[in-house]
Amino acid sequence: MAEHSNAPLVEMKNISISFGGIKAVDDVSVDLRPGEVVGLLGHNGAGKSTLIKVLSGAYAKDAGEIFINGNKVDIKSPRDARANNIETIYQTLALADNLDAAQNLFLGRELMTPFGLVDDSAMEAECRKIMGRLNPNFQKFNEPVSALSGGQRQSVAIARAVYFNARILIMDEPTAALGPHETQMVADLILQLKAQGIGIFLIDHDVHSVMELCDRASVMKNGKMVGTVKIADVTDDDLLSMIILGKNPMEKEDV
Amino acid sequence: MTDMTSAPVPQKDDGNLFHKLELDMRLLGMIGALFILCIGFNWFTDGRFLTPRNIFNLTIQTVSVAIMACGMVFVIVNRHIDLSVGALLATTSAVMAMMQTQILPNSFGLGLGHPLIWVLAILSGLLVGTLIGAFQGWMIGYLTIPAFIVTLGGFLVWRNVAWYLTSGQTIGPLDQTFLTFGGTNGTLGTSWSWVVAVIASIGAVWAMWSSRRSKAGHGFPVKPVWAELTLHGIIVASIFGFIAVLNAYLIPERRLERMFEARGEVMPEGLTVGYGLPISVLILILVALVLSVVAKRTRFGRYIFATGGNPDAAELSGINTRLLTVKIFALMGFLCALSAVIASARLSNHTNDIGTLDELRVIAAAVIGGTALAGGFGTIYGALIGALIMQSLQSGMAMVGVDAPFQNIVVGAVLVLAVLIDIIYRKRVGAK
Repeated sequence: MAEHSNAPLVEMKNISISFGGIKAVDDVSVDLRPGEVVGLLGHNGAGKSTLIKVLSGAYAKDAGEIFINGNKVDIKSPRDARANNIETIYQTLALADNLDAAQNLFLGRELMTPFGLVDDSAMEAECRKIMGRLNPNFQKFNEPVSALSGGQRQSVAIARAVYFNARILIMDEPTAALGPHETQMVADLILQLKAQGIGIFLIDHDVHSVMELCDRASVMKNGKMVGTVKIADVTDDDLLSMIILGKNPMEKEDV
Repeated sequence: MTDMTSAPVPQKDDGNLFHKLELDMRLLGMIGALFILCIGFNWFTDGRFLTPRNIFNLTIQTVSVAIMACGMVFVIVNRHIDLSVGALLATTSAVMAMMQTQILPNSFGLGLGHPLIWVLAILSGLLVGTLIGAFQGWMIGYLTIPAFIVTLGGFLVWRNVAWYLTSGQTIGPLDQTFLTFGGTNGTLGTSWSWVVAVIASIGAVWAMWSSRRSKAGHGFPVKPVWAELTLHGIIVASIFGFIAVLNAYLIPERRLERMFEARGEVMPEGLTVGYGLPISVLILILVALVLSVVAKRTRFGRYIFATGGNPDAAELSGINTRLLTVKIFALMGFLCALSAVIASARLSNHTNDIGTLDELRVIAAAVIGGTALAGGFGTIYGALIGALIMQSLQSGMAMVGVDAPFQNIVVGAVLVLAVLIDIIYRKRVGAK
């Protein structure tokens, strides 16, 4: 595997966050390099989504530091995250059901006319361009996204993350609601984005897809980091035992 | 770079006439309901309902509720409610009445009738309304008290602040210029009304063509030219028809005589003068136009709808939903004050019970106009038609001679029925 001499794209150091006395994330560190896919694994409630919401600005961390390209950054809101080229595809997709695809794609970052009004035609044109690339069959541009199928909604959410030149992409169970065909589409997209040098955090339940798509995997249990391993060095069973038992197979050899 | 847009856009090929015209079926339904209502009342009153005089009165009676209903659309679309609008109208009306009859003449030494009086009175009313609205919005957005509670409290508080400010008395007479905002005392006259009709027609046609040009410029499907021209024809005809009706309502002879006497002139024999477009109605039209543009074409409006559709998604998109709430309620407060100008000027006094039950009329108008209480859906034009339906029902029943208790029973039943029809319609169409 190629060596990266420069600083990691993202480094989250000693992150902690608690809700009502329960430590959802307890002193966890992860990092991500350009063109790398890092899987985040763990049971429901292990703290994966919470950790990642700290990076995407949805939650404020209690302790810890975040570095982007070696520079310390302060991410307090989704707006800050976006300013650092961090884009997130949430498990819930976070789409406004009553708006159409283009309006969702540009929500919070609308294209404006010289008169300071939102330019819906220009946004629809841009939306048609990127959807033509991601999902050429997509045609429902003038309907609210509530009228779209699960896969179509997913492609709108992905388009939103990809359109704005993300350097860092967070995908929270991107294939949870999809059929096999669309799952393959997402897998192809991940490889394509990886080739462009984008760093991707992939949260997933499915060990097999993590084995297939990721370079490294970080496993969490009960808010704590079990360990981070290179996928090339482990088997499915190793990952499963990390998830279930909370033991790092590498530690035996290291210690 | 490869051209991604080259894939042909499929043409809509359903031959349905309404689809070709791209008319909103819901809009047509509401206009149809209003139409049937008017025809029905006209038949029952032996033609007294659809006279220029009654239509003129109907429009000026609708203005105050309609202006607030436009703001209520934003509030409800954003998943909130405002129960305090009638009370807020009373407080701002009291502030303006006290300013023009007591504070400005007595404390600032402006003589009664001084041209600054009505300007300062209205400005102070608008300022107070906006501030109170923003304050309520702050409690809802930042302190996260439910809007229902904040505005239910406001309903009691502002109604009685108004009482306290005026000691419960009727305040009047109001400034002469101020009264021109009330309706009958301030109309544009026939010539200027025609000018407004021409400007409005040109504006409407221009807006539709530029939207078509912009769509065509990106290669999106546009409706056929004949459909576009038909729509233009209908809209221009409606504008001119409306103005023609208002112009046809003649100022009563004796009133005209007095107006000439006041100027020291003698009325020429056989002279007739039409009222034309009331200033209050013109204000309503401008408010509705501006707010429609705000709803469809500004970030503020887009964020209101996005937040109503999915508050979490809006927040994750970097929208400051708390500040948005403050802005929406500030706008609502501003519109309450504007309605207060028109309502108190129409009555030519500030009365202690001004705006009583308006909150219910305003919410009903917005809901009859298709605003979904679950949030995310609603239109300004719908609220206008809703307000017109409410007012037509009320004054139509009064003209027919329906007993007072039955009037309110019918209005209440219609409100529930309208929402039921809307729910059935949404299910049929499959929209949420």
